[in-house]
Amino acid sequence: MTAPSAARTALVTVASVVVALLICALIFVFAGQSPAAVYGTMLRGTLGDPTGLAEVGRRTIPLLLIGAGLALAFRAQFFNIGAEGQLLLGAVFAAGTALFLPVPGALLIPAVFVAGFVGGGLWALVAAALRRVNVNEILSTLMLNYIAVALVTYLITGPWKGKDVRGYIYTDNFPQGAWLPTFSGTQVHWPTLLLGVALALGLQWLLTRSTFGYALRVVGENPGAAHYAGLSSTRVATLVALLTGGLAGLAGAGEVAGIHHRLLEASQISLGYGFTAVIVAWLARGNPALCLITAPLMGVILAGGDLLKIDLNLPFRVVDIFSGVILLCLIASEVFVRHRVQWGRA
Amino acid sequence: MDSIVIEALVRALAVGTPLLLACLGAILNERAGVVNLGVEGLMAVGALAAFAVASKSPDANLWVAVGAAMLAGAALSLLHAFATVTLRANQFVSGLALALIGTGAAGLLGKKFEGLPLFNKVPDWTLGSFTISPFTVAALILAGLLAFWLNATRSGLTLRSVGENPAAADVLGVNVGLTRVLAVLGGGALAGLAGAFLALSYRSSWADNMTNGLGWIAVALVIFVGWRPLRAIAGALFFGFLYYLQFRLQGNSNVPTEVFSAMPFILVLVVLALAGVRGQAGDAPAALGRAYVRGER
Repeated sequence: MTAPSAARTALVTVASVVVALLICALIFVFAGQSPAAVYGTMLRGTLGDPTGLAEVGRRTIPLLLIGAGLALAFRAQFFNIGAEGQLLLGAVFAAGTALFLPVPGALLIPAVFVAGFVGGGLWALVAAALRRVNVNEILSTLMLNYIAVALVTYLITGPWKGKDVRGYIYTDNFPQGAWLPTFSGTQVHWPTLLLGVALALGLQWLLTRSTFGYALRVVGENPGAAHYAGLSSTRVATLVALLTGGLAGLAGAGEVAGIHHRLLEASQISLGYGFTAVIVAWLARGNPALCLITAPLMGVILAGGDLLKIDLNLPFRVVDIFSGVILLCLIASEVFVRHRVQWGRA
Repeated sequence: MDSIVIEALVRALAVGTPLLLACLGAILNERAGVVNLGVEGLMAVGALAAFAVASKSPDANLWVAVGAAMLAGAALSLLHAFATVTLRANQFVSGLALALIGTGAAGLLGKKFEGLPLFNKVPDWTLGSFTISPFTVAALILAGLLAFWLNATRSGLTLRSVGENPAAADVLGVNVGLTRVLAVLGGGALAGLAGAFLALSYRSSWADNMTNGLGWIAVALVIFVGWRPLRAIAGALFFGFLYYLQFRLQGNSNVPTEVFSAMPFILVLVVLALAGVRGQAGDAPAALGRAYVRGER
């Protein structure tokens, strides 16, 4: 089967996002909100001024890191839905390193990132290991999300609870040496952003130009052929899990070291980045580099969701509606991408 | 001593009820070959629909509220049926989208119901010194009915054939698409009913995220019970008992609360792994998760 042309795929993708936004507008009408007010608020407060742009940028960082990893995972048919939990484990490992490990000053920030990668990667490896005994990774990674939330809550209310925080539940502040620098006046921690851009491009190279990437694509697109060619799908799944989980862990490290400077409640560390990044990866059609475009797009929706909460008093969960409807429209539009191919053959 | 055992059983049944109802729904559509991961979202809209109707006035009809919940579940799952059966989209991703839409829409539309009182909850039935919800009784009966229908009736066989070998069913004149759509709608209605139980009986209130992962556990439970409705009773009871233990032991021991709140999810992983090691995945309907295209193998 010849692949549908890139232009056609892009057109269908854009069209399905537009349809999704129209459907969301209908839902807002049903909820008694004016779609014009909703979309107006979201756009004005995000793309309309420098502060808004910075807010979008801040949310783009984790989405880019996780999305690029997930793009790779989906190409290998490893449906990792647990980036949320992997992000949290990355945050936990990063916080543990920043707070308790005697790392010399210059090495502290690199150590925090490495710890984040390891934490997220290990959490995803649990799912990869369970997959060997035929446990569906969608279910296992989801369950691991809930377990990760419980772990964070346990740490910040129990052994890691800060000494001077009284009734609040979070850890002490990280030492200053572990704080990531930001663009002045914003919360855009640029080292993580840089890491995200580099890794998105690097993974694209890995996927399209390396032997491992080739094995990954064969395993994902034709497991039978991969088996006959002697490619181990288990090995690919394990490496992909480690990579995607690791990238989500880096995102978690970035959030705690770049923005909060301590470990705090799970719902405050991640605003649903793990789930939103699924849409980032799907919109990019499995191309890590294209996440450079799709991550800011979903960043606008996440930052816009915050504004809806503040300005229109809507629950933050509306971003789930955007994510769900866009995802549904995207997969429903597959049929239009494929149809062209069948016409060509006839 | 006996009364403690009975109390544990009754409590486990109560917590297990939404799990059982949602699990039965998932068994229904999976036996027809369609996976629906959206149960968490279906339960959320079901709970909200039931609560919205029941909290309207003191004399709101609770039957109507239950009906609204089932209708809401079925309506949302219609999206899944359209995407996966008509457009043949990926069932797993569509279900995930459904879960997001369901919990998101329930959160948006339900904000004005948060903290509102419920005028009258569905009254429990009294059995000696214990009470039992009519929902629980209904769930147990439904499990029996579903088992009987799937295994002993012609239409039940038709549904299973669509899940095992849609091509063969198609040749015999079965409308594969329609059967699958109806099964998905039925599954959605049962998930909605599970939500109604939470809103009208168990919690008697509405709160964002009140399903708290129960829907996902129900989906995992289907694999654990090998797609069999009667075994689902035991599975739901087991997890219900776990939640009961969590409730009883919280604060009464030195074990941190979070261990208990994580326990059901850890156990799901353990039982899924056990089911996997035992090769139970082989019990799955043969065409599960795959769209049917006439003439394609």
